[in-house]
Amino acid sequence: MRTFILRRLLQTIPLLLGISALTFLLMQLAPGDFLTTQGENPMISQATLDAMRVRFGLDKPWYVQYFIYLKNIFFHFDFGESFARHQPAFTVLREGMLNTLVLALAAAIVTWGLAIPLGVWAAVRQYGWVDKGLSLLAFLWLSVPEVLSGLLLLFLAANTGILPVGGMRSIDWDSMDSAGKAWDLLRHLALPALVVGLIPLAARMRQMRGNLLDVLRLDYVTTARAKGLDENTVIFKHAVRNAINPLITLFGFTIGALLSGAFVAEIIFSWPGLGRITLEAIQTQDQYVVLGAVMIAATMLVLGNLVADIMLAIADPRIAYD
Amino acid sequence: MTESLLAPAIEPKPASPLEPVGTAPAAAPQSPWRMFWRQFRKSPIAVIGGIALIILYGMALFAPFVAPYREDVMDRDRFFHPPMKLHWVDAGGGFHLWPFVHPTHIENQARFTYAEDKAVVLPIKLFVQGSRYKLLGFLPTDRHLFGVDEPGRIFLLGTDGLGRDVFSRLLFGSQISLTVGLVGILISFSIGLLLGGISGYFGGWIDNVIMRATELLLSIPGLYLLIALRALFPANLPSQQIYLGIVVILAFIAWAGLARVVRGMVLSIRRQEYVAAAEALGMSRLQVISRHILPNTMSFVIVAATISIPGYILGEVILSFIGLGVQEPSASWGNMLKLAQSLRVLTSFPWMLFAPGVAIFITVLAFNFLGDGLRDALDPRRVLGGKSA
Repeated sequence: MRTFILRRLLQTIPLLLGISALTFLLMQLAPGDFLTTQGENPMISQATLDAMRVRFGLDKPWYVQYFIYLKNIFFHFDFGESFARHQPAFTVLREGMLNTLVLALAAAIVTWGLAIPLGVWAAVRQYGWVDKGLSLLAFLWLSVPEVLSGLLLLFLAANTGILPVGGMRSIDWDSMDSAGKAWDLLRHLALPALVVGLIPLAARMRQMRGNLLDVLRLDYVTTARAKGLDENTVIFKHAVRNAINPLITLFGFTIGALLSGAFVAEIIFSWPGLGRITLEAIQTQDQYVVLGAVMIAATMLVLGNLVADIMLAIADPRIAYD
Repeated sequence: MTESLLAPAIEPKPASPLEPVGTAPAAAPQSPWRMFWRQFRKSPIAVIGGIALIILYGMALFAPFVAPYREDVMDRDRFFHPPMKLHWVDAGGGFHLWPFVHPTHIENQARFTYAEDKAVVLPIKLFVQGSRYKLLGFLPTDRHLFGVDEPGRIFLLGTDGLGRDVFSRLLFGSQISLTVGLVGILISFSIGLLLGGISGYFGGWIDNVIMRATELLLSIPGLYLLIALRALFPANLPSQQIYLGIVVILAFIAWAGLARVVRGMVLSIRRQEYVAAAEALGMSRLQVISRHILPNTMSFVIVAATISIPGYILGEVILSFIGLGVQEPSASWGNMLKLAQSLRVLTSFPWMLFAPGVAIFITVLAFNFLGDGLRDALDPRRVLGGKSA
């Protein structure tokens, strides 16, 4: 197991290097750079621009810039500087990353917290009206993109005033006690988490239903029933446990979808996460922030896949790695 | 049976990719296309989806004719005008067989509320004269499907903050939003099929290089890759170039997943005996790939293409929504949604959200319906997996 994890971790290194090189190349191929947008400002003289160009290292060819970038990461844990904010890119990204992780985690709780019980419910009442109703809803929901569900929830929030319509904190955040702060954060988190969490819900629910139906046909379930166990014990103690396994794997693989989903929700609900920072940085061509954001997002996705494999190995002892 | 009556209509597709190579198609009463059509018609959902899509794309094709106004025409007296009510009964209690609208004037300047002039009746006329345009790009005409006499206006779905007709913009926007998917699919599936086929057939270092490239692309969350690629083009390009840019970006992102699935299928197909036979008979590798291997992936590819088109449509919607896509004054469903983002619009002028929102929902739903039916009809054993791109 340990060698398996180690090998998988080592495999991600060339992948991440490749992603960083690709992103770097893309930023270089883009017309102009950060200073072009600054150059439109008449307050900044040409001499200042030239000095900045040298200081940021933008006067060097891209591969030299790339190697300097890599060198600084490995030797100084320095991810470059945000041109726009005059801060280390890592500082700019760290907070956004945390906020996005909070959002993605809350969304995952929404997805799995709803998908598993609903899937079990549908499977137990197979072909009943609950099952049919849930299937129909799932099918319709698959056609509602997150932009729409996000705007729809924003529409409801704006018209009812029950939940805040955006941001992460209320204006009087600083004067709240810690319980108040937690409650305030939860209220701001609710809508974006719902938007992100509901996207994969339909698919996960259908998978849970299918898994459970498969498991219920297996011999050991028949045995359990034959022993005279009551139906609840059979389903929840024997069947559901095994039916959940494939969903655990999917948890890691969903991280990519969660990140992309979080991106849209962050824009709609002004959640100060990685997606918003990336968008701003793209618009000002703040290259090290973009680079860092793409790297963080890709790392989360790759680690998600790794975690998925590990979790599956723990959940299902029949799977043997090397 | 009715099938035999209907079948000839879809029969003239001689070189169907679904035709199993090597069988004599002439005498077969159950040609694959006929089997497909019979299966397909059994699913009402798929037929509904197909018809809805024909209507949607037809309206996009004839957008300048169906739309009463041009997409950039502003009515400076009617900002945020709500959708007009169609009436059948006039102020005097007289019943009209054909619906009409009342002209409106602004009632409250600050809140944009409008009052109807009940005394005046503006009958909705068909084939009215309006702005000049070229139908299908080459037929100059000034007729529009419907409208009211000037200076009256008809806003079926209201107007936006610049007094532009939302219904007309929805139609012109569909020309962009709906075709992004078709063009994108053509590009990405060509790349995906070609590279996936090569990868699976040749194996070795070629396979290795292509698969590492797909892994790279699949490791970056879609939207991050999308906007990083978008940075390659300047923000303020003419609409046509932005459109092309969006299509190319979306296709570039989507080919990787498909290439991996196709590679897997090719790997299993190329071990079949008939491939070995074709090679032994001296067929060139290119011929083997194009005649024997790729046709066998077709039913999967058609279904995968159908269910991945909404992904492209949503890609455009999201790019335009965050301001990196189609720019004003051109309309697209994405930049129409962008205008609906503000709280003021959401609370007071909700038609600006619901018009493009419902259009997007119906389109995606129709593609999902169609894809579901195609999946059952094309392969009774069910094709490999769900979404690929």
